[in-house]
Amino acid sequence: MEISFGDFLMQNLTQFWHFTGFYNATWQHFVMLAVGLFFIWLAIKKDFEPMLLVPIGFGILIGNIPFNTHAGLEIGIYEEGSVLNILYNGVSAGWYPPLIFLGIGAMTDFSALIANPKLMLIGAAAQFGIFGAYMVALAIGFEPDQAGAIAIIGGADGPTAIFLSSKLAPNLMGAIAVSAYSYMALVPVIQPPIMRLLTTKNERLIKMKPARAVSQNEKIIFPIVGMLLTCFVVPSGLPLLGMLFFGNLLRECGVTTRLAKTASNALTDIVTILLGMTVGASTQATSFLTAETIFIFFLGFMAFIIASASGVCFVKIFNIFLPKSKKINPLIGNAGVSAVPMSARISNNLGLEYDPSNYLLMHAMGPNVAGVIGSAVAAGVLLGFLA
Amino acid sequence: MKKNIFLLIIALFCCAAAVNGQGRAALRINEVMVVNDSNAVDDFGHRHAWIELFNSNHAPMEISSVFITNDPQNPRKYPVPLGDVNTRIPKRQHVVFWADGMPSRGTFHLNFLLEEGKDNWIGVYDANGITLIDSVTVPASLGRNQSYARSEDGAGVWQIRDDHGENYITPSSNNVIRDQNDKIALFKARDANGFAMTIMAMCIVFSALLCLCLAFLAISKIGASIARRNKMEAQGIAADDATAHAATGHDTGEEIAAIAMALRDHFDAHDQESTILTINKVRRSYSPWSSKIYGMRQLPK
Repeated sequence: MEISFGDFLMQNLTQFWHFTGFYNATWQHFVMLAVGLFFIWLAIKKDFEPMLLVPIGFGILIGNIPFNTHAGLEIGIYEEGSVLNILYNGVSAGWYPPLIFLGIGAMTDFSALIANPKLMLIGAAAQFGIFGAYMVALAIGFEPDQAGAIAIIGGADGPTAIFLSSKLAPNLMGAIAVSAYSYMALVPVIQPPIMRLLTTKNERLIKMKPARAVSQNEKIIFPIVGMLLTCFVVPSGLPLLGMLFFGNLLRECGVTTRLAKTASNALTDIVTILLGMTVGASTQATSFLTAETIFIFFLGFMAFIIASASGVCFVKIFNIFLPKSKKINPLIGNAGVSAVPMSARISNNLGLEYDPSNYLLMHAMGPNVAGVIGSAVAAGVLLGFLA
Repeated sequence: MKKNIFLLIIALFCCAAAVNGQGRAALRINEVMVVNDSNAVDDFGHRHAWIELFNSNHAPMEISSVFITNDPQNPRKYPVPLGDVNTRIPKRQHVVFWADGMPSRGTFHLNFLLEEGKDNWIGVYDANGITLIDSVTVPASLGRNQSYARSEDGAGVWQIRDDHGENYITPSSNNVIRDQNDKIALFKARDANGFAMTIMAMCIVFSALLCLCLAFLAISKIGASIARRNKMEAQGIAADDATAHAATGHDTGEEIAAIAMALRDHFDAHDQESTILTINKVRRSYSPWSSKIYGMRQLPK
């Protein structure tokens, strides 16, 4: 059928209009764009975890550009073969988080933990936040696998949360990741009131003995023994724990400086960019703006509170059994969550607030890095039970 | 040098053993039908006896060049041909071989038949024709259109199935059909409030970190005693005196720093720096990985 030139122009322009974001936009898209802009504002203006919130925030903008999903443009993050989908494979198949753990291992100095191994138990106690949140999630009505994926937010470890949710509840991963990173950024706001509430003034003034010097041999043995022991107990934590300890061995062995430098700098930066951006882009309005997301944010908040409180309370109980000269300042209990080094810094700042000569940073780093190991072990346990 | 070569050979042997361990050992005979009158048809529209193999690994498995046989004296009776993409079994999936004695019909048609009313031994051998991966003896009592199957895929006991009730016959499909994750269903039924999960998981997390803690307490003690002994030996103090010397404990960093400060104050000593500037050549060992020459564009001649 012949059509006039004017009709031809109009037909194509109409089709083009139907492809545009303006035509396909819904109010949910604008809400998500506002959320993305808010994250970017938090990162740039308030300096809240900018390395994570800038990629996630911009990823939210990318993922919520409205387009005609029936046009077969292959641009959406969930459309197989699209560029974003290829990049998203690292999240959905769960191989970005172990790479991040490789970098964390290559960056982390475990000396504080090796010098005082009993601090590892604080890292274990803080994982109660995960399982406390698991119980609350079940009570709200989530399925056990979904509850496990949400509860891992209490580990305060973004890569672990993404890894576990990609395996247990892929449909909730966007909300879980955003919630985990948001609360990690809010650690300085969430933790201090809990720490003040649960400690007495005398406890906050406890001075701990400086940690002993750790030999190079011990530093080399730590990742090897650590990997073998923890992975023998929880083999399902192997992707995270294996890479964490491997990265640490690269750092400490002294003969792979270049590899350690690459793992802790370039590789971590690349994966952080891709991980943050794709996680952000995965939070599409249709799947993100639901009642479940609100529950996930609530549960994440609960998990952080329980984790911080259980760390502090554990130290107080532990102190009952310790001689007076070896008492632990409960202000380092909050550092059992694995938000490294933010929560250790909070312990230090709060300690200095009550005694300007009481530096707790190095003591708090022990439970802090133990928290990284503990949350990976907890993720392995949940994966083993529920996958 | 010889010691290094010896260690390398041991490491290679270990690797080879590990590779073999992750190979086709997980291939399982999963279900067999000897007389097929009304069950599955092959790609030519005919009914024959069939043997279902199952990849019990959680990774794909290539089965070309393994041998399938019904004669223990002839383990290399039917080699699964190379070059067919369908011989790569996805994780936890199945393939069906037709025991029709017509191998010219394709990769999945065996060169032997199964006999009705007799015990039928079936074996699967690895590519070397020696290592028996799995075998089963199908009993003579197996009736027409009945299958001899494992109760679970790749595991469980063998049972006769007649396609009635729960005893369904499942060529190229799971022997047990599930509509939910058993683990999750169990947790949902038995641990609705999450209390059991919390107790178990916290015990595991604590045990893992407690093991690590104890290991490092032991390692640090051993390390400290070795360091002390080495130090005493270096200072020429007999091992028997070492404990007594250690008890005095005059070697902490703080005390050494205090002594150094006191000496400095007493002697009012200052560093005397020479005014001679020495520039040493920094030697960097060459490595083709870091060579700039490979990263530079060659100038046209």
